[in-house]
Amino acid sequence: MKRLLVVDTSVRVLYHSILVLSLYFLFAGHNQPGGGFVGGLTAGAAVSFRYVAGGVDEVRKAFRLRPWTILGGGLLIAVVTAMVPIALGGSVLEHGDVEWDVPVIGVLKTTSALPFDIGVYLVVVGLILMMFEAFGDDLAVDDEYGTMGVGDALEADSVDHDLGGLTRAVDPELHTRLREPGDGRP
Amino acid sequence: MSQLVPLPIVLPLLGAALSVVFGRWHGFQRLVGVVCLSTSLVISIVLLVAADDTGFVVAQGGGWPAPIGISLVVDRLSAIMLVVSAIMLLAVLVYAIGQGEVERVHAGFHPTYLVLAAGVAASLLTGDLFNLFVSFEMMLAASYVLITMGGRAAQVRSGMTYVVISLVASTFFIIVLALIYSATGTINLADLSERIPELSGEVQLMFAIALLVVFGIKAGLFPLFFWLPDSYPTAPAPVTAIFAGLLTKVGVYAIIRTQTLMFPIDARPATLILVVAALTMTVGVFGAIAQDDVKRILSFHIVSQIGYMIFALGLFTVAGVAAAVFYTFNNIILKTNLLLVAGLVERRGGSSRLSEVGGMVRTAPLLGLLFALPALSLAGLPPFGGFVAKFAVFDAGAWSEQWVLVGVAAFVSLLTMYSMTKIWAGAFWGEREEEPSGRPEPGGRLGGPVLMVGSTAAVVLVGLAVMIWAAPLYAFTERAAVDLLDPSRYVEAVLGERP
Repeated sequence: MKRLLVVDTSVRVLYHSILVLSLYFLFAGHNQPGGGFVGGLTAGAAVSFRYVAGGVDEVRKAFRLRPWTILGGGLLIAVVTAMVPIALGGSVLEHGDVEWDVPVIGVLKTTSALPFDIGVYLVVVGLILMMFEAFGDDLAVDDEYGTMGVGDALEADSVDHDLGGLTRAVDPELHTRLREPGDGRP
Repeated sequence: MSQLVPLPIVLPLLGAALSVVFGRWHGFQRLVGVVCLSTSLVISIVLLVAADDTGFVVAQGGGWPAPIGISLVVDRLSAIMLVVSAIMLLAVLVYAIGQGEVERVHAGFHPTYLVLAAGVAASLLTGDLFNLFVSFEMMLAASYVLITMGGRAAQVRSGMTYVVISLVASTFFIIVLALIYSATGTINLADLSERIPELSGEVQLMFAIALLVVFGIKAGLFPLFFWLPDSYPTAPAPVTAIFAGLLTKVGVYAIIRTQTLMFPIDARPATLILVVAALTMTVGVFGAIAQDDVKRILSFHIVSQIGYMIFALGLFTVAGVAAAVFYTFNNIILKTNLLLVAGLVERRGGSSRLSEVGGMVRTAPLLGLLFALPALSLAGLPPFGGFVAKFAVFDAGAWSEQWVLVGVAAFVSLLTMYSMTKIWAGAFWGEREEEPSGRPEPGGRLGGPVLMVGSTAAVVLVGLAVMIWAAPLYAFTERAAVDLLDPSRYVEAVLGERP
């Protein structure tokens, strides 16, 4: 893929500043506009710059973890945070306050809703990474319609269902059989 | 007890998370899925017993009191729906594991399926109109993935229709939600039940019809059903079975819940509901007769059967609503069952077209039995559960003197019987007329893999259990109907005693 100097340089400046902004949204979310979802989307915007600059390889370079690990881990954090209050005798999603007296910075107040927001943040980031995996590489396929659009949609579909690169060793014969038209014709 | 209420939603989500994180270990995914859904089933049964004991089990998520908190309410209607859907979700998961096609190839099957389970449970449990929207979205987002899983051209084409229609319905839902919020200032169902009667009559009627349209698209009411028979049959067999069994009935549940709880008796569009019910029944069954494919016949029957539920609901009498509830949960069992058998027939015969399969009563007699029992029940032959359900509907209609509708329903029953015999004659009797387009799998003595046949047989047994315990179940639905038609109990249970 051809790299453009102007794009590369601007992305280098923008990428990290947007990520910091997304973290600000994440932590501000409790009392001010923001939160895990908005923060995650902002981080996704940062990732999209890397994608524009260098394609899916560049995105993979930026995140060492596989997209599905990030998404699953985020969901796990969020669900566990929701469940802990039930185990402690409260109601689901209930949260408590913590206040830390940190030297220099001062009093830091946070709530147990923060891990939940972090979970949401990770789910959104993971989902966006998966999307780029699915859009991924250029796949020129000739399908029965003879158009690029539908072929791309079909290929993207299959990549998506592999959980963004998580493939399983399956005998290829079974895979082809599933993809053959057989049932459900109009 | 109220601690248990969120668990049928949270547990499948936890399972989905584990299933994604440890997606490389296929055996672990299977274990997580089965364990999560079995635990939800046990919890649902406990909740059913508790709800029947006290009437309502309420939990306020987030620790805030209603109407600010996230109300989760189990009453008799949601409890019975929860139990039946938990059984179906578990049985279909075991079936999918036994089939090993889409479940084996796509690492995303288990997490998505568990999210679907969580969405269904959340739709049934929520006591808040906005959370109902969120739950529907959760359920739909999972269903978009499941319906196109496999990525064949026909699937993607009909999946697109499904996605677009569902998105239109969701958009309309959120608009109606915003209107209701701006008119009343609340979205808690119990609170709405008190505030909506304060609005003017026309506004109430408009909201009632708007919500009927929103959930009617999901449930497949005439004339909004057109997407359904086209998109369901192309999905993988276990997915078709769970969609046919559950998703439309969750739409029916939402109709029953919102119409009875939110609107006072004179604001409910009863006549409209009855007319729509008659048209849904007839158009659905005529569509089914014209088809030549087992899955398509059964998909049109989904539509036709929805008509009966809506007919019984539209009477708005205790007998009518009780019949609607009974019909709904019984139909979940039957429809799932028939489509599971259709999947087995397709696997054994290499095709689901009636002209391309035949003689199965000799080659796979057990499948014949597994098909015959729910088919006779669906057609409404005594002594099966379907007969009790239909009889309840006719009885309620006769008490309300809706003779035209009772006549239509009886006529549609005959046509249902006809199309069931058509499947029977085409797939189980007779000879194959054309070569099957797919490849027939040897099925052995059972007619298919042990897990597939076993889980289908388990669903048949659940259907027979409904027949055996029809009397106590009907008494239960009558108690549910009394609660539904007197929303003040629901309101008191959620909002607490009023000064």
